[in-house]
Amino acid sequence: MSRLPITKTPKVYVGGAFIRSESSRVFPLADAAGNFFANIPQCTRKDLRNAVEAAAKAGPGWAKRTAYNRGQILYRLGEMLEARASELGDALRLGGASKAAAAKEVTASVDRLIYYAGWADKYEQVLGNVNPVAAPYFNFTVTEPMGIVGVIAPDEAPLLALLSLVVPAITSGNTVVALASSAQPYPAIVLGELLATSDLPGSVVNLLTGFRKELVPTFATHTHLRAISAVANADERKALALGAADSVKRTRLLKAEVRTDWFADAAQSLYAIRDYVEFKTIWHPIGA
Amino acid sequence: MFRLLMNAGLSLSLRRLFDEVGTVDCVGIEERVAKYTTRSLKKAAKLWGLRTAVSMVDLTTLEGKDTPGKVASLCAKALHPSDDPTVPQVAAVCVYPAMVRHARRALGSDTAVRIASVATAFPSGQAPLKTRLAEVRAAVADGADEIDMVINRGAFLAGDLAEVSDEIAAVVQTCGQATLKVILEVSELESYDNIRAASFLAMRVIRPGDFIKTSTGKTSLNATLGNNQVMLEAIRDHYLDTGVAISMKPAGGIRTAKQALQFLIAVKETLGDAWLTNERYRFGASSLLNDLLRQIEKERTGAYQAPYYFSEAAESY
Repeated sequence: MSRLPITKTPKVYVGGAFIRSESSRVFPLADAAGNFFANIPQCTRKDLRNAVEAAAKAGPGWAKRTAYNRGQILYRLGEMLEARASELGDALRLGGASKAAAAKEVTASVDRLIYYAGWADKYEQVLGNVNPVAAPYFNFTVTEPMGIVGVIAPDEAPLLALLSLVVPAITSGNTVVALASSAQPYPAIVLGELLATSDLPGSVVNLLTGFRKELVPTFATHTHLRAISAVANADERKALALGAADSVKRTRLLKAEVRTDWFADAAQSLYAIRDYVEFKTIWHPIGA
Repeated sequence: MFRLLMNAGLSLSLRRLFDEVGTVDCVGIEERVAKYTTRSLKKAAKLWGLRTAVSMVDLTTLEGKDTPGKVASLCAKALHPSDDPTVPQVAAVCVYPAMVRHARRALGSDTAVRIASVATAFPSGQAPLKTRLAEVRAAVADGADEIDMVINRGAFLAGDLAEVSDEIAAVVQTCGQATLKVILEVSELESYDNIRAASFLAMRVIRPGDFIKTSTGKTSLNATLGNNQVMLEAIRDHYLDTGVAISMKPAGGIRTAKQALQFLIAVKETLGDAWLTNERYRFGASSLLNDLLRQIEKERTGAYQAPYYFSEAAESY
C-alpha cells in the first residue's frame, strides 16, 4: 500500500516552545537542487519582542545556576548534537554542502560546545581577580552576565557560526535571542529541536528565522537587549551601531565582507565569553 | 439538563433572583470575549487607549509589608507617572485603611488623584458587621475618597441574599460622600450566573456613580475578560431598565497594556463611549501602569523598551 508522505512543518524554538511566526508568514526554502523543501517561519519584530520577553523571564534562573551546572548542560547539548549528527548533516547538505563538509561542520560544532562547556566553571578564575590595594581590604573583581544578548548569524557555516556566537554568551549566564541565517535557516530549526531535548532551560536560547532586513532595525533599537553579536554588512553595522548607541548596548560586530574561518581555533576564545560579562569590583574589609 | 443539574443545589432565593435578572449564556460570553482579543489597535487609537487606561488606573498596593514610605512613593508615581507631558495622572491610589492618612499627606488635599481604601475586613470580609462599618468610618475620616468593600460571599452562596444587600446598604450609608466600590470576588462566586445575580444585588442598593468590582486580587482567579463581560452586560441591562449608570472596576491579574486595551474594547463595544472615562471605568492594578508607560514610550520612540526603565523591581533581568 502506498503511504502519504509525512513532511515536517519547520517551527522556530522560542520561549521553550515550537511556534510559528505571530504573523503566520512563511517563506519557501529550496534544497540545493532548487526543489521546494519546506516553508520556514518569517519572524517579525513582534516575534523578536516576544522572544526577548521570554529570554528575560528565563535569565535570572539561568544566571543563578552554578557555573559547574551550566558546563554540564552545555556538555549535554554537545552529546545531543553528536547523537543526531546525521540529521544535522542532512540539514546542512540542503544548502549544498558536500557530505564530508557537512560532517566536518557538525563535528566542529560539537567540539565548540565542548570547548565552552569546559570554560563554564573556569573563565571566572581567569577573568576575575584579587586586586592589590593599599588599605586593609580584600578587593575582588568578579564577572556577572549582562542580560539578553542579540545574535545575528551569517549565511556561511549556518550551524557552526550560529553556535560560535550563541554559546559563549550563554556560558556565563546570559540569555540569547538569535536570528539564524536567512539563506540556510534549516540547521537552526533542527538545532532548536536539540535544545529542547537537552537540559538547557527553555527560553535561554531563542532562535528566530526570517529576513535580516526586517529584523536588524529592531535588534538595533530594542533597549532590553544588552549586547549585540552579529556578522553584518556595512549598512547593517551602521544601523546596529546607531541603535546600540541610543540604547547603550555593547556591540561585537564582525564584517560580513571579510570571510571568517569558523573552523579555526581563533573562532573560539575565552575573550568571546569576556565580551558578554560585566565586571564588578567589591571592597571587603579584612578586619582586625 | 446541565442547567437543571447546576441549579439543583440552589437555594430558593437565589433561583428567584436568577428568574428575575436572567442567567448567562456561558459559551456565548466566552465566544464574545474571544473576539475582543482579535481587534487591531494601532498608532493614534492605540496611543489614545493607552493614555485613557493610565487615567483609569487605581494604583494599588495591598501588602502586609506596606510602609508609609512605600505609600508615599506610590503617591508620587500616581501624581507624576511619566516625564512625558501627554501622560495623564492616574485616577486613584488604592491602599489599606491604615495607610490612608499617609497617602493623604503625600498627595495633599488639592489633587485630582483620589484615595481609595479597601475596608470591611478586606479581603475575606469575615468580620462582624460592626467592625467592618467601623473600618469604613475610620478610612473616610482619615481622608479616603473611595471605599472598596467586599460582599459577604458566604451569605450569598448560602442564599441569604437579604443579608448581602442589607450589608451593602449599611456600608453605603456609612460611606457618606465617599464613592463606594462593591467587590463581588468573582472567583468565589463559582459561576457566571452567580456573578450576574450578585451584580444586580449590589447595583440595586448602591448609588449612581458607585462601582461594582470583580475581585480583591487576593485569590487565584481574578479579573478576566469573561467575568468583566458578564458584569458589563449586567450594568447595561440595569441602565436600560432604570436609567441608573453604575461604574465598573476589574481588578487583579491585569498586568499588561495589551490586556488593558482588550478590556477597554469590551467597554466600548458593550457600554459605549460614555463609560470610557475614569468616573465610569477603572483598573485595579499595581504593575499595569509600568507596562502602559512602557508601551507609550515605545509608541513615542519606535523602540521596544526594557521594563527596568520604568521603576520595575531592581532584580529584573
